[in-house]
Amino acid sequence: MEPFKRHSGTVAPLNRVNVDTDQIIPKQFLKRIEKTGFGPFLFFDWRFQDDGKTPNPKFELNAPGYKGASILVAGRNFGSGSSREHAPWALLDYGFKVLIASSFADIFLNNCFQNGILPVTLPEEQVQQIMTRAQTRPGYMLSVDLEHNLIEDDHGFRATFQIDEFRRYCLLNGFDDIGLTLQHADKITAYEKKRKPF
Amino acid sequence: MPAKTLFEKIWNAHLVHQEASKPDLLYVDLHLVHEVTSPQAFEGLRVTSRKVRRPDLTVATVDHNVPTWARNLPITDEVSLKQIQAMDKNAKDFGLIYYNMQSPGQGIVHIIGPEQGYTQPGMLIVCGDSHTSTHGAVGSLAYGIGTSEVEHVLATQCLWQAKPKTMEVRVDGKLPFGVTAKDIILGIIGKIGVDGATGQVIEYTGEAIRSLTMEGRFTVCNMSIEGGARAGMIAPDETTFAYLRGRPHAPQGRDFDLAVEHWKSLPTEPGAKFDRLVELPAVTLEPFVTWGTNPGMVAAVSGKVPTVNSFQSEADRAAARRALEYMGLEEGIPIQEVGIDRVFIGSCTNARITDLRAAAEVVKGRRVNAKVYAMVVPGSTAVKKQAEAEGLDQVFKDAGFDWREAGCSMCLGMNPDFLKPGERCASTSNRNFEGRQGKGGRTHLVSPQMAAAAAIAGRFVDIREWSKNQGG
Repeated sequence: MEPFKRHSGTVAPLNRVNVDTDQIIPKQFLKRIEKTGFGPFLFFDWRFQDDGKTPNPKFELNAPGYKGASILVAGRNFGSGSSREHAPWALLDYGFKVLIASSFADIFLNNCFQNGILPVTLPEEQVQQIMTRAQTRPGYMLSVDLEHNLIEDDHGFRATFQIDEFRRYCLLNGFDDIGLTLQHADKITAYEKKRKPF
Repeated sequence: MPAKTLFEKIWNAHLVHQEASKPDLLYVDLHLVHEVTSPQAFEGLRVTSRKVRRPDLTVATVDHNVPTWARNLPITDEVSLKQIQAMDKNAKDFGLIYYNMQSPGQGIVHIIGPEQGYTQPGMLIVCGDSHTSTHGAVGSLAYGIGTSEVEHVLATQCLWQAKPKTMEVRVDGKLPFGVTAKDIILGIIGKIGVDGATGQVIEYTGEAIRSLTMEGRFTVCNMSIEGGARAGMIAPDETTFAYLRGRPHAPQGRDFDLAVEHWKSLPTEPGAKFDRLVELPAVTLEPFVTWGTNPGMVAAVSGKVPTVNSFQSEADRAAARRALEYMGLEEGIPIQEVGIDRVFIGSCTNARITDLRAAAEVVKGRRVNAKVYAMVVPGSTAVKKQAEAEGLDQVFKDAGFDWREAGCSMCLGMNPDFLKPGERCASTSNRNFEGRQGKGGRTHLVSPQMAAAAAIAGRFVDIREWSKNQGG
């Protein structure tokens, strides 16, 4: 996993609540057995018209100002529903490195950390400030600094965010969990020895 | 010692390593695996030359992609076939316990775990599937994980987990006539919302929960995730022990009695503290129908589709407007005026033998409405066999239902069973998200009885009135 320290990029707004992982990556794309190549299918049913090819002009991310966006701001409870890790794979492959919302679903949040995506949880008022700026000024940019838990723009917006200390440490260093766990191999073996059959 | 909850006891019993400002490292007793969320995890093991640490605690099957037509017919979707073949190969290469497509033990992973007796009280169970919460119904701690975590568990049999908060959902009193386990959980999600339990583990308590069969308890716990919960659980009791006794992979003979003694020590002790309590008296519950595009958008069958202005925040009003547009519904219309095109009785929520019996009871001697295509997909091959032994298949077929082989099927439409754009479906599954059952498809979640009655009437009907008037 690539270490994540800081990131600056264009912000795309998705002003909807409870965006579920079925919308982020519909089921017909879960049959692939690779981790890569999911970006073209991100938000597929919203992003394209019925022919599956023509971009839907009504979908927020298709507006020209959000091309190349790498930060997504969305409504509360982003990533609800299915545990499919294909959702963060698709977001990452499309180019998103940072997600901002007032809350994220549990499994999705874990899956983001596993893939070097930074989910930033901010109070609803701050999310709405970012949302409004991104909606009204296409090309709007934010800088995110994980070393200082800081998020800011060039127009006076500045906020600090809370993040699980362990997850932050893994992101900053690009650590993969399995390596960390295997440092405790003796404890796992000891646990197995005293483990009851039921 | 302060009184402990069921959740705390299981959590503490699985601690492998604990240190300040880190999540806890927990040991996994049972790792369930299916073909959709595992191929990348096995690939990860190959790349790093790692093995599966405990293949004896790893149980795999194929359920999401399998066609529900006859098992001897070929799989026509090449990509689905490839994913199923990858599961076959991974199970073989890594030596897993495996129920392949031809196995009499095959079925939806959350149905076969308990059915085969792998799922037991006090266990920590994970699976790369959000509906893993199902297994909590026996008094285990069970939750869904992503593919990276699947790889982690395969390699280490452990998982890093930050301790969630606890929520007691108490359903006191007797369930009113016509109200099922599905209505309990839809009622709960309708009350707390789809993110009401984020970061929390729910324990369901109260007389209405205790009175449920094991199958009903699976239904309730199954949909915990639809309220955002990390897991859902129900304390083990005599109903649990009776269900597990004699199952092939449950402890046998004297071991079973010893296990029961241990399991009896698990329930939450009087005075133990939960972080939050939600009460939902059983008397307030009705048969429910979802009207929108998430499982929290719930209406009583005797009620109406809500109006947009009944929602408090602009975000929720926008979501309601969007949902009504997608569902092709007018605000304020009575639920019972909503006509349907399709019926799906199946899924890890409601495809166990008691679900099929309850639905068969409703359709017996009746005919599926001429404009409706209705199908029954048993949750497992064993459920299918049991239903056929009881003649339920004939009841469904005589009524005009299609009787299929076991799998996830149209709960998510990864196999050839899915809705066409605009089709409206009464479904016993767990998610009514946009496009869940097929792009443009419109899903209404209901109990098996309500789905069966809707198939006959061609619209939603109140099963309570139906039973009185129709003598059913």
